Amino acid sequence: MLATFILALRQGGVPASITEYLSLLGAMKAGVADYNIEDFYFLSRAALVKDERHLDRFDRVFGEVFKGLEPPEGEEPRELPEEWLKLMAEKLLTKEEMEQIQAIGGWEKLMETLRERLAEQKGRHQGGSKWIGTAGTSPFGANGYNPEGVRIGQPESRHRRAVKVWDKREFKDLDDTIEIGTRNMKLALRRLRRFARQGAATELDIPDTIRSTAKNAGHLDLKMVPERHNTVKILLLLDIGGSMDDHVRICEELFSAVRGEFKHLEHYYFHNCPYERLWKTNRRRKESETTTFEVMRKYGPDYKLIFVGDATMSPYEVTHPGGSVEHFNDEAGQVWMKRLTEHYRRSAWINPQPQRNWDHVSSLSMLRHLMEDRMFPLTLSGLDEMTKELSR
Amino acid sequence: MSQFKSTDRYIASRDLEVAVNAAVTLQRPLLVKGEPGTGKTVLAHEIAKALGHPLIEWHVKSTTKAQQGLYEYDAVSRLRDGQLGDARVHDISNYIVRGKLWDAFESDEQVVVLIDEIDKADIEFPNDLLLELDRMQFFVYETRRTVVAKKRPIVLITSNNEKELPDAFLRRCFFHYIRFPDRETMEKIVQSHYPNIKEELARDALTVFFKVRDVPGLKKKPATSELLDWLKLLMFEDLSPEVLRAREPHVVIPPLHGALLKNEQDVHLFERIAFLNRRGA
Repeated sequence: MLATFILALRQGGVPASITEYLSLLGAMKAGVADYNIEDFYFLSRAALVKDERHLDRFDRVFGEVFKGLEPPEGEEPRELPEEWLKLMAEKLLTKEEMEQIQAIGGWEKLMETLRERLAEQKGRHQGGSKWIGTAGTSPFGANGYNPEGVRIGQPESRHRRAVKVWDKREFKDLDDTIEIGTRNMKLALRRLRRFARQGAATELDIPDTIRSTAKNAGHLDLKMVPERHNTVKILLLLDIGGSMDDHVRICEELFSAVRGEFKHLEHYYFHNCPYERLWKTNRRRKESETTTFEVMRKYGPDYKLIFVGDATMSPYEVTHPGGSVEHFNDEAGQVWMKRLTEHYRRSAWINPQPQRNWDHVSSLSMLRHLMEDRMFPLTLSGLDEMTKELSR
Repeated sequence: MSQFKSTDRYIASRDLEVAVNAAVTLQRPLLVKGEPGTGKTVLAHEIAKALGHPLIEWHVKSTTKAQQGLYEYDAVSRLRDGQLGDARVHDISNYIVRGKLWDAFESDEQVVVLIDEIDKADIEFPNDLLLELDRMQFFVYETRRTVVAKKRPIVLITSNNEKELPDAFLRRCFFHYIRFPDRETMEKIVQSHYPNIKEELARDALTVFFKVRDVPGLKKKPATSELLDWLKLLMFEDLSPEVLRAREPHVVIPPLHGALLKNEQDVHLFERIAFLNRRGA
C-alpha cells in the first residue's frame, strides 16, 4: 500500500526517496501517527515533502491514492433528499424529457438514474476532473466542486475535515510550475543570478592565505577560491509585436535586472521567427536593424543564445522562403534557426505560452524540434531547467 | 516520552505537532519554513520549554561557516603566543574554541538546538553539516579526537527560502511549512498573548489586519509578530474600537500603522489608496 503511494508520488513529481520512505515507516512504527488518517497525512507530508512547492502535488497524489480510506460515511451523501434530486432533474433535463420520463417509468425510475449519475459524478471528481464545480450549473449550489457539498443542511460529520485537508489544496500557488508573475519574480531573479555565478575560475583568497600562513607558523601557504564573478555571456533574442508582448517584457526585465551579474548581456528583437535581420530598439526599428550574420560575427559562439517567444505563427513562416508575414524572406525560418543554433554552442528557447498548449500549435512543435527540445516554459522550474541546460 | 503540544502561549496546528513529534521521536532534524513572522524561531523556544530541555541557539549569518558550529582553531593567538614564548603554545588544545554543536553534543542532558536562518549562509553550508547532523559526531583534526553526542540533541532548522537547500540535506530532515494562520487560529493566538484584551478591539483589529494583508502589491505583508506588536500598541494607547470601525468601508491607513507596515513603499501605497478612496467618496 505504502510502496504504491511512494511510486505514485514520484510519478506525480514529488521527489521522495527510499531514505524518506524508511523514515516514514520508522515514525509509524514509533507510533507518531496513531492510526488516524489525518495524522498520517501530516506525518507523511513532513517526512516525504521537503519543499513547499511540492506540497500541492503531494495533496493531489495523497487524495488519489488514499481515496479508499476515506471514512465509510462517504456513502451518506448519496442518500439525498428528494427535492435535491428534483432540482437536479430540472437542471439536467428539459421539460419534454421530464414528461417523457413521467410517461415511461415515472419518478421512481428517474430517481434511480439520477442517483447513478450522481455517483458517477463523484467518481469523476476524485479522478481529478472538476466539472461539477464550474459555474452555477451544479445543483449543489455554492459549495461547488467538492461532492461533500451535497451535505448542505446536514449536521457536519466528524470526518469531513479529514477528507478536506488535502482536497483543499491550499499550497497551490507555491507550486513552481505556475507562470512567473510579480509574486515569484524575486525567486526567478535568484535563479538567474545563480546561473550568472557559475564561472569557476579561481582567485587568490587573501584572508584564507593569512590564516593558513599563520597556522603554518609563518611559512607562506597560498589558498585559492572559485571566482565569484562570472564569465557568462548572454545573447537574448526577443519576439516582439505579438500577443505575448507582456510576457516577453517580463523576460526582458528579468534579464536586465541581473545584467550586472553577467559579463555581457546583449539583446535583439525579431518578429515571430528570426530571419536575416534583427533589430535593437523596436520603436526605431529601421535605424537599429542589423543583419543576423553581423550579429553572429560580433557575438562569438561562446555566447549563450536565448530565444524568448511564443513560437506561435503560421507553419509557412518556419518552413518556406517568403513565408514571413512582414517581408519577403529569401531563406526559410528554419534555415536561420539552424544557422543560429549551430553557431552558438549553447542555446535555449523560453516560451511564455503555458506548456499544456504546446502540443496544439504546429509551428511550436516545429521550432521545438529545431531546438532539439531545449524549449522551456516561463516558470521557475522552466528557468531552472534552462540554466541547467545552458551551463552544462 | 513527553509530547509536543499547543500551549497556552504558543498555538500550534495539528500538522505542526505531528511534524515536531516525528522529528523528536526519530531524532532527525526538523526543517521549518514559512513567511517571516509566523513564529519559526519561537517554535524552538516552545519545544525546549514543552520538553523541558535547555535550548542552544545558533544564529546563522552570511559569513557563518559550518566549521564554526563545531569548533575553531584560533591560529592567530597561537602564533602570537609562540612569538612571545608562552608555554601554552605547546598544547594545541588550548587554541581550540568550541562551537555551539560541540556544546550541544557534550551536554549531559538532551538539548534542543536551533540553527536559525540556515539559508543566510553560503550555499555549501548545509552540505558541510550533513555527516555531523546525521551521526551527531565530528572529528577534531588538531587534537585527533572524535566528539560524539552523549544524547542526540533535537535539531530545529529554520529557513526563509533565500537559497535552496541541497537534496542530500533535505532527505535527512523532516519538513514543515508554517502556513499563515486563518482568522480562527489568529483569534486564539491573540487570546493567548493578550488574555485581557477587549473582545471588540481584538475583533475589529483583526478585521483591519486581514484587510491590510489582502491589499495587493504589498512588499511585506504584516504577519503574526507584527499583529501582536500592533495590538500591544493599540491596547497601550487605549484606542476605542470605534476608531478602527469608523473607517471600515474604505481601506485607509490604520492607526499606529508603523507596527504593521515596515516599508516606506507600503505606507505610500496605503496613502495612495486612501487618497483615491476619499476622492471616490
